[in-house]
Amino acid sequence: MQRIGRFEQTKPARLPDGPVLALASLLGREPSFMLKFVAKRLVSLIPTLLGVVTLVFFMIALTPGDPARIMLGERANAEQLAQLRAELGLDQPLVKQYGLYLSRVVRGDLGNSIISQQKITDELSERLPATIELALMATLFASILGIVLGVAAARKRNSWVDYTTMTGALVGVSMPVFWLALVLIMVFSIFLDLLPTGGRIDVRIYFKPITNFYLLDGLILMLKGEGTEVFVSALKHIILPTIALGTIPLAIIARTTRSSMLEVLKQDYVKTARAAGVKERKVVYRYALRNALLPVVTVIGIQFGLLLSGAILTETIFSWPGIGKWIYHAIGARDFPAVQGGILFISIFFVLINLTVDLLYSVINPRIRLK
Amino acid sequence: MSDNNPTQAPLLDIQDLQVNFHTRRGLVRAVRNLNLSINEGETLALVGESGCGKSVTAHAITRLVPMPPGDIASGSILFRGDNLLDLSEREMRTLRGSKISMIFQEPMTSLNPVFTIGTQIAEVFRTHTNMGKKEAFEKAVELLDLVKIPAPAKRAQSYPHQLSGGMRQRAMIAMALASPEPGLMIADEPTTALDVTIQAQILQLLSELKERVGMSILLITHDMGVVAETADRVAVMYAGRKVEDAPVEELFANPQHPYAAGLLGCQPSSPQNKGAHRLESIDGSVPDLLSIGEECPFSNRCPNASDRCRAGFPEKSEAGPNHAYWCHHPISNSGVAS
Amino acid sequence: MNETKTATTDEIPAEPGFWRESWYQLTRNRAAMVGLVIIALFAILAIFAPLLAPADPVVQSISERMTPPLSPGYLLGTDDLGRDMLSRIIYGGRISLVIGVVSVGISLVLGGILGLAAGYFGGWTDRIIMRIIDIMLAFPYILLTIVIVAMLGPSLFNAMVAIGISQMPRYARVIRASVISEREQDYVLAERSLGTSDLELMFRTILPNALAPTIVQATLGVGEAILSSAGLSFLGLGAQPPTPEWGLMIASSKQFITTAWWIVTLPGIAILLTVLGFNLLGDGLRDILDPRMRD
Repeated sequence: MQRIGRFEQTKPARLPDGPVLALASLLGREPSFMLKFVAKRLVSLIPTLLGVVTLVFFMIALTPGDPARIMLGERANAEQLAQLRAELGLDQPLVKQYGLYLSRVVRGDLGNSIISQQKITDELSERLPATIELALMATLFASILGIVLGVAAARKRNSWVDYTTMTGALVGVSMPVFWLALVLIMVFSIFLDLLPTGGRIDVRIYFKPITNFYLLDGLILMLKGEGTEVFVSALKHIILPTIALGTIPLAIIARTTRSSMLEVLKQDYVKTARAAGVKERKVVYRYALRNALLPVVTVIGIQFGLLLSGAILTETIFSWPGIGKWIYHAIGARDFPAVQGGILFISIFFVLINLTVDLLYSVINPRIRLK
Repeated sequence: MSDNNPTQAPLLDIQDLQVNFHTRRGLVRAVRNLNLSINEGETLALVGESGCGKSVTAHAITRLVPMPPGDIASGSILFRGDNLLDLSEREMRTLRGSKISMIFQEPMTSLNPVFTIGTQIAEVFRTHTNMGKKEAFEKAVELLDLVKIPAPAKRAQSYPHQLSGGMRQRAMIAMALASPEPGLMIADEPTTALDVTIQAQILQLLSELKERVGMSILLITHDMGVVAETADRVAVMYAGRKVEDAPVEELFANPQHPYAAGLLGCQPSSPQNKGAHRLESIDGSVPDLLSIGEECPFSNRCPNASDRCRAGFPEKSEAGPNHAYWCHHPISNSGVAS
Repeated sequence: MNETKTATTDEIPAEPGFWRESWYQLTRNRAAMVGLVIIALFAILAIFAPLLAPADPVVQSISERMTPPLSPGYLLGTDDLGRDMLSRIIYGGRISLVIGVVSVGISLVLGGILGLAAGYFGGWTDRIIMRIIDIMLAFPYILLTIVIVAMLGPSLFNAMVAIGISQMPRYARVIRASVISEREQDYVLAERSLGTSDLELMFRTILPNALAPTIVQATLGVGEAILSSAGLSFLGLGAQPPTPEWGLMIASSKQFITTAWWIVTLPGIAILLTVLGFNLLGDGLRDILDPRMRD
């Protein structure tokens, strides 16, 4: 049986000690193998995705509350309600509703939001860039800082650098994200008045988004010679949400890097490099780090997937107009189709990102590929 | 092969070396009062059971003993007249991999899995010369050819996992040769992880290379078969001490120390009983290094041990030219056959 | 741990020596002991809350609203409705610890049953259960929790159920893995050949051996459950006012961060400390009980 198997492969304890093949040589030599591998993994995804759709459908369908009544309000009469229910297919037996839903989802139709009456896919794609932009920034922040700190801690094991970093990492994973966000706002926006409290860009700036990734838009405008205003404002707005969202991944990446690095520094090939007279700095950063980063790459990928979905709290606090905030409001308004569509979308996204991480990992570590 | 010239200064001369490890349980004296010399062009085999201090000695020569917990307490290691223990870390590093190189037991884990063989060898060249990337890589291919890897240009592009065990060890040897003027190669159990047939090929290769490149080899092993095949001279270590030192034919013909005799007595005679090379014929086991005082460390296992042995480690005795041993009751005197 | 499992055929390796040795090692692990002390401190505060809290956590005193910390009568000040912060934090600990333990309890029961069944029976049972687990894992944890609460309706109890269900897959996996490694051990085969029933075998001989990794997972799980429930309450999906729940305290006072920093900051520190306690202890336990995870 094919299972996703993602979790078996990504336990931080399991460090790759085997051979690794670079992407270039792999693609150069065995493209047909890689294609087959990807195809196999995609096929194995189908039952999981089907399960996700099924679970989402029944969870929402079995939730008490009548969508028709929410749409029409308290004063609607029985006849109006019955008519709308018929329109929405709610008078059909559950199994038939499920079949209808499934066939719509397969065609890429997630239905309309009750509140806005807009297509849910449109609403999602409108907000996706904001969410991705924030998740990417947070992942970048967490990865760079986490790897630097993790390597430093491993090199100076049991020194104050190590203890401080690891204590910091433990505090990082023990902190409520929403509280950290509020404390950041308190310190940097209110007391120091350095950064804005929320939103993606200063409301006074008139600007027509090009890609909807505001940082990228700002860069494009800068290159076009239209001033740095947009970029600077977008950057200022994203700093606090990035730190808030990135702290937990930062802690996890630092810990993973440290333990992976410690493991690699024990390996014989590190001894070989030292015995060959290679400089210690080069031993660490060229020979060891490249091996040590293998499990870290997986962790970074998984964290990125989690950030895309886990931004509900951060987006809400910083009024970040992304998918998380949108779902939160849909839940509050009992906008069932929106909640259903949003969850389904995020879950499928999550599954696909994990698959990508898996594939990426098997590309850089052929031990899994060769099995 | 024993063309060693006693009048010439040795390539490597270890004098009164002491290496200690500060462990949680106490001080471990891993190497005690070791004197050892290797002449130019000579292959010296350092033999003994695991934990006898032979690998620690090798690491002391390259100054790769982890400190702490390790500690080179006293002694000197003269390499072409310079005391390695006095060199700065930077000076030492320029020696490592160029004039003193090392190959290890596990060619699988001793090569970096994320770089091609060629890159790794070229990297060593580039560490010690100011060669360009391309030139170094070409040199690497030449070396792969020298160690008789077929299609070396193609193999240089391979990753370690794409090679067989024997090939990997050849690549390791090539890496150890990657310098303008190799002087000493330390081979730490170079064939232990390989098949018997491959073992023979690698040993053959090492001997050939020694002649061709004009280097010396310090061969660390517990396998007397390997010793017989490759070494010019043998030093036997036991629990941190050297107990016998002799030319290879002399030692095999006329061992003096009961431990050396024991090592010879229980060697497998054919590849079929490989794995039987443990010291079954010597009762008991290596004592805990923590508990050894000034006595002869072999006294608890030695059939001839007396109170003298338990009182103190013997002085050096000589059984012939270049044949020294440290034993109160050597085989030839006590008449006990091995 | 593997050595301890090579028991002779007819004895069940529930050696007290293993646990005594583990406890001894734990007392020598400084970080874990710090964690244990923090947990014990909050547990004592929680148990004796009515005796230790200086005031009623829900009684309001409008005239004394937003008194700063270290004022007479209010060590940690008062909140926007004049309620004593110290008392609210002490009572909040009660709620958070209960949430943590109950959520993990729910997870353990659900995950335990599924993991045992999957691991012990194997075959189709295993495949179906693991497929369900995989589907659950396809949902990001936080999202799953939020959706379940949204479905059940916002309340503290529903938050616990939601967290319990969302955390369940990891326990099922841990227990399944230990059962599979245990299933073929000599002592289990011996018991089976003696005609011991499947159910008895699972609960009496296999389960105790899955205990060590489960304890590690559960300790870390309690911390995570406390964090999640605070998050749910912050979103209005968990505890409802005027319950002195830490996450809710932060949520209901967030508009006062400009004027009264302590109302937001202090409950957060309480959460941080408690969760840190469980994480410290969990890490220490993992080092001791699960040697594979050591670095």
